[in-house]
Amino acid sequence: MIRAILLLLSIALPARAEEIVADLSQDRVSISTSFDGSEILIFGAIRRDAPRNFDTKMAILITVAGPREDVAVRRKDRVMGIWVNADSVEMEGVPSFYAVASSRPIAEALSPEEDLRWRITTRRALSAPGGARMARKDPDFLNALVRVNTDAGAYTTSEDAVDLREGTLFSTKIALPAALTEGNYTTRIYLTQDGRVTDSYATALYVQKVGLERWLYVLAHEQPLIYGCLSLFIAVAAGWGASAIFRYTRL
Amino acid sequence: MQIYLPIAEVSVNAFLILGLGGLVGILSGMFGVGGGFLLTPLLFMIGIPPAVAVATGTNQIVASSISGVLAHFRRRTVDLRMGTVLLIGGLLGAAIGVQVFSVLRDLGQVDLLVNLCYVLFLAVIGGLMFVESLNAIRRARAAGPAARTVRRQRNWIHALPFKMKFRASGLYISVIPPLAVGLLVGVLAAIMGVGGGFIMVPAMIYLLGMPTKVVIGTSLFQIIFVTAFTTLLHAMTNYTVDMVLAVLLLVGGVIGAQFGTRIGTRLKAEQLRILLATMVLLMCGKLALDLLLEPSELYSIGVGGPG
Repeated sequence: MIRAILLLLSIALPARAEEIVADLSQDRVSISTSFDGSEILIFGAIRRDAPRNFDTKMAILITVAGPREDVAVRRKDRVMGIWVNADSVEMEGVPSFYAVASSRPIAEALSPEEDLRWRITTRRALSAPGGARMARKDPDFLNALVRVNTDAGAYTTSEDAVDLREGTLFSTKIALPAALTEGNYTTRIYLTQDGRVTDSYATALYVQKVGLERWLYVLAHEQPLIYGCLSLFIAVAAGWGASAIFRYTRL
Repeated sequence: MQIYLPIAEVSVNAFLILGLGGLVGILSGMFGVGGGFLLTPLLFMIGIPPAVAVATGTNQIVASSISGVLAHFRRRTVDLRMGTVLLIGGLLGAAIGVQVFSVLRDLGQVDLLVNLCYVLFLAVIGGLMFVESLNAIRRARAAGPAARTVRRQRNWIHALPFKMKFRASGLYISVIPPLAVGLLVGVLAAIMGVGGGFIMVPAMIYLLGMPTKVVIGTSLFQIIFVTAFTTLLHAMTNYTVDMVLAVLLLVGGVIGAQFGTRIGTRLKAEQLRILLATMVLLMCGKLALDLLLEPSELYSIGVGGPG
């Protein structure tokens, strides 16, 4: 659906000299019981109406953004000798996952002004208008958010990770961590010339729990009493079962 | 083998969880503690979100306690009458504790309070038990087996009204102290997210003067109901009970509890107590260090909203 709209949009735009044509190796990621992270291959080509202009430095930037959520970033401070959460900033619309990959170092591939406009790098994606809304502007807390999420593997930036061949074919692999949140992920591909974005392309990736995972999740949220009783029943049965088995084996 | 947990939304190693469940099960069977005070922090350490760890931990404690209590029933080391009195106090206390918890959450700083509670209680109980058990062992060594006769002191507890006979414990005391102990444990259990065995066991031994052998079975009996109540509450209000995690934990836990009970009956009461005291003190030390030392990352990310 989203893809169809985007396709229509791209047709409606005036013809450009260079255009991105791309796809994902899969448009659906299923989280089953044995899910241990996944990898998606993003590949495509640049369609040209005219011969390639070799005077400009071209680059491909690819971002994958997870569903947005509201978080509170807290800072510990020393109060009477012990470390306690003293200060916190609420942030709305923070992506649960954000990956950036580029075909050359980001400093070369993208000018700061264009980054500000298109919100491509992690910092910009979070702080620019339309990104995360902070209850209070404080760069320390924003830096901390990026740092903690990067350490946890939820935010990644991989420069030179996009393989660009003959200035036409490109591909990259984005690793999705094992601790993945359900929802719609947006993949965006940008083509830049001398740091200026000349074309972009977006597509969606659906991450969904399947089978037992889905069933348990739905039950827990829609029938919490039944779910709670079922949990207790399993606990009682397991406790009694183990006791009975041990009695028999011991005799 | 990695397994994705549907509620916690993280992928974990199944054998690691089985092992954790087993370890806590052994402790549960040996000492009559639910093991929550060890399990919950251990689950945090392997990356389970705190809310899920607390809620699922209580479910696991139900299973290991049942496994343990059945073994004690066969050995006739459960004082049902005392257990019921404690339970009445416990459920009342848990209901109060949940209210206190939500008031504290509105004030912020609930994490700090929980940690301080842990450090304080673990230190006092662990310290008391350790010193007492050491003295008991020393006395036994110095005087030989003859000095091991139990001499129960008559104190203010015996002066209270509403006396009741607790045959299995060999006690004839007022119901007020056990009710109060149950109430206190219920409040603390709801605030700290544990079964409360590590508080109740020493309270039963030192405050009520119950024999150690009966204390463990009776404590397990009471813990089953308090944790079952808490599990239901968590499942219905926070949706944080992870069944897959719970099943893994309790498979390890129920087996561990059986072994634990067997080990427990072979050890002497003083040895049992000194072991439990050491463990309580170790956990207390770890939590105290976390509060006192500067953390390497000052910032943390939590879910939005107050609290």
